[in-house]
Amino acid sequence: MSTVTVPTMDISGTAPTPFLRLVRVEARKAYDTRAGFWLLVSTALLCAIVMVIQMAIGVSQDDVFLSYNSFLTSTNFSIAILLPVIGIMLLTSEWSQRTAMVSFSLEPRRPRVIVAKLVVGLVLAVIAVVIALLLATICNALYSVLSDDPTVWNASVAHTAGFLLLQVVGMLTGFAFAALLLNTPAAIVIYMVYSFVLPGLFELGAQLMDWFDKIRPWIDFNYAQGPLVDATMTGKDWAYFATSGFIWLVVPLVIGFSRVLRAEVK
Amino acid sequence: MTAVLDLSSTPSTPFHRLVRVELRKSYDTRAGFWLLAVIALLVLATEVVVLAVTTVQNDAIAFGDFIGAAAFMTSFLLPVLGIMVLTSEWSQRTAMVTFALEPRRPRVIAAKAVVGVVLTLVTVVVSIAIGLVCTVLYDLIEGHADWTFGWSGFFGFLITQTFAMLGGFALAALLLNTPAAIVVFFVYKWVLPGLFAIGAALMGWFETIQPWIDFQSAQNPLYDMSLSGDDWAHLVVSGFIWLVLPLAVGIWRVLRAEVK
Amino acid sequence: MIEVVGLTRKYGSFTAVDDVSFVCQPGRVTGFLGPNGAGKTTTMRVMVGLTPATAGRVTIGGHVYQDIPNPGRHVGVLLDASAQHAGRTGREILEIGARTMGLPDSRIDEMIELVSLTPQEAKRRLRNYSLGMKQRLGIAHALLGDPSVLILDEPANGLDPAGIRWMRGLLRGYAERGGTVLLSSHLLHEVEQIADEMILIGNGRIVAQGDKKTLLAGAAKGIATTFVTALDNPALAAALSAKGITVASAGDGLRVEAEAVEVGRTALEATVVLTDLRSADGGLEDLFLELTADTQRETVV
Repeated sequence: MSTVTVPTMDISGTAPTPFLRLVRVEARKAYDTRAGFWLLVSTALLCAIVMVIQMAIGVSQDDVFLSYNSFLTSTNFSIAILLPVIGIMLLTSEWSQRTAMVSFSLEPRRPRVIVAKLVVGLVLAVIAVVIALLLATICNALYSVLSDDPTVWNASVAHTAGFLLLQVVGMLTGFAFAALLLNTPAAIVIYMVYSFVLPGLFELGAQLMDWFDKIRPWIDFNYAQGPLVDATMTGKDWAYFATSGFIWLVVPLVIGFSRVLRAEVK
Repeated sequence: MTAVLDLSSTPSTPFHRLVRVELRKSYDTRAGFWLLAVIALLVLATEVVVLAVTTVQNDAIAFGDFIGAAAFMTSFLLPVLGIMVLTSEWSQRTAMVTFALEPRRPRVIAAKAVVGVVLTLVTVVVSIAIGLVCTVLYDLIEGHADWTFGWSGFFGFLITQTFAMLGGFALAALLLNTPAAIVVFFVYKWVLPGLFAIGAALMGWFETIQPWIDFQSAQNPLYDMSLSGDDWAHLVVSGFIWLVLPLAVGIWRVLRAEVK
Repeated sequence: MIEVVGLTRKYGSFTAVDDVSFVCQPGRVTGFLGPNGAGKTTTMRVMVGLTPATAGRVTIGGHVYQDIPNPGRHVGVLLDASAQHAGRTGREILEIGARTMGLPDSRIDEMIELVSLTPQEAKRRLRNYSLGMKQRLGIAHALLGDPSVLILDEPANGLDPAGIRWMRGLLRGYAERGGTVLLSSHLLHEVEQIADEMILIGNGRIVAQGDKKTLLAGAAKGIATTFVTALDNPALAAALSAKGITVASAGDGLRVEAEAVEVGRTALEATVVLTDLRSADGGLEDLFLELTADTQRETVV
């Protein structure tokens, strides 16, 4: 067999798959299934429903005053429920549906595929923010028409940037957990626990123990994101944000990446 | 001439056998096994932390508190188990085999619900055992222990844990999709109570109906079994909304669904 | 075009692929044959970089798969037709592949037509596909980028007889135009009819390779077997036995341990009318079963 000459293949005329094309394909994969489509629609709907309820309460209750920012603040909350799930499923569905086999056959340089997915996640976060800003504008305009309260358009660059950063971070957190676990239910459970259960536990620990109260800002990423909501980030807050973000975003992302790159794809 | 299959000597599958099989299916996969293992580890870790903190700071803590801490930890993963007992049949497509071997689908669903309750009981027993050990350790370290934990607490604990599990199970039956059921469950369990509280604080009319629709707060008096007549009514009505309704719709859906 | 050199893949103490080396030439269909769990799929997965090799290497046209730019344009891969999102339509699956490879949409319709999926079927979601339809879609996906190398794992699985014949013609034509085809199967007859070259694998090791003639010559295990059916089977059996030839009844006819020509001559001499006479061709099958005997789940008698 060793004497057989093996013909070579001329690959000089083939350009590598452009990164932009990978991003476009991954974007398409985010909405071309019923599950993906409805997840996106549900996120927008949930956002809209929360704002409409908020507006209805504001209009009907004399002691509730709403501003443009009140709408955005509540949206922080409603988007945080589903946007990270989108981030999770961008990645984990490749494993649960076994499409990773095809994706990595067509682009064996796996980091490019993962980064393309990450970019799609970020684009979706930006789209979510744009939709939220639009909805908040509509709701506040309606509120000013329907309610006797004075209209407050307190949108600032700092608020909007903070809002955008929050959504991007939320999306990335979901993505990081997904990369770490490569399993939809596990990643969703961990995200939900991290996002809704852990803050309570941290709060409890901080009240009970002084030393924990001191280190908490450095390890509680949710807590560190608090000042972003009302755009009151100080230098120290940024330090908290960077440190806790390193623990909750960077570490799982790095471990997850190395795992995906080396994993046997089945 | 059509041959007639002689069925007279084949008894139908006994229900307890279905339950045993479903129980086995809940832990014989890596996912199921690790979910149970994580629940146990999490409870253990929590108790170690609680024990360490209370003994270091010389805080008073009772037997019931240790169990409460365990209950808190189990209450958010146990329902996930309840969800996956049902949804994994659909995501892994094993429902095809399961319903081929027992075409009377309600029996399979009921067996799965029983498994959920059995696992809840196991968790309760394990939690109490861990609480017991912790209290003994606390006694050894601190020289005294508070063994406050009555039967009312026990029953309250048992019922709320079972409700948590069944809540997950009902949502799973309704949605038949793991991620969707988990997301909705966490929203229902951890987000909705906060929203209900805000709504009640803001609007008088909502405050009057809140006890009737908020299943979580309706369960609060269960912890010390101090239910008044009103509390019972709230529990039944909100439980009907959050447990019975999704379960009924879900089971109706499972019975008619084409299994693929 | 495909060169596998000393490939080994271990899972803990279990060796799935054990020092496998072979070459697939362009213009030829290479059949990768072995019983279930022999290591065919693992070898093919290593080829396209989905499974890391423990030792050894695979090159396609002189390149490691990971180094081929836009590999879908050079190598068509079908490893598991079910490994696609159940919620996507067949057309959408092809569309995603075409977009990734940078192909025009017209290519999608061409492929759908090529594998005889109707436009209605292409609009259905994969979860509603039969195994044969998934297989056709998988072949369409592998051919999308007009590759010069095809790597297909059990492509005939689930295809109906007409589908198998269609695929045979498709791959034959593909090889005749200069393409390289590697296809695996656990069915000898399937591979025998299409492959120019055969690689037999059992327990992770290659037990034999070469074209059909070489393999049979290598086997050279003496007496050929012939199946024969006559109007008067007992008379033919008696005539054959008289010549000292071993005869056994098999189905409607006889199984004779002699060349077909010898059986025909005997029939002529005995003036028995034959209705069917064919060489049992069991040589290859016997060889296959014998070579992989250690790895067969059923004991070969």
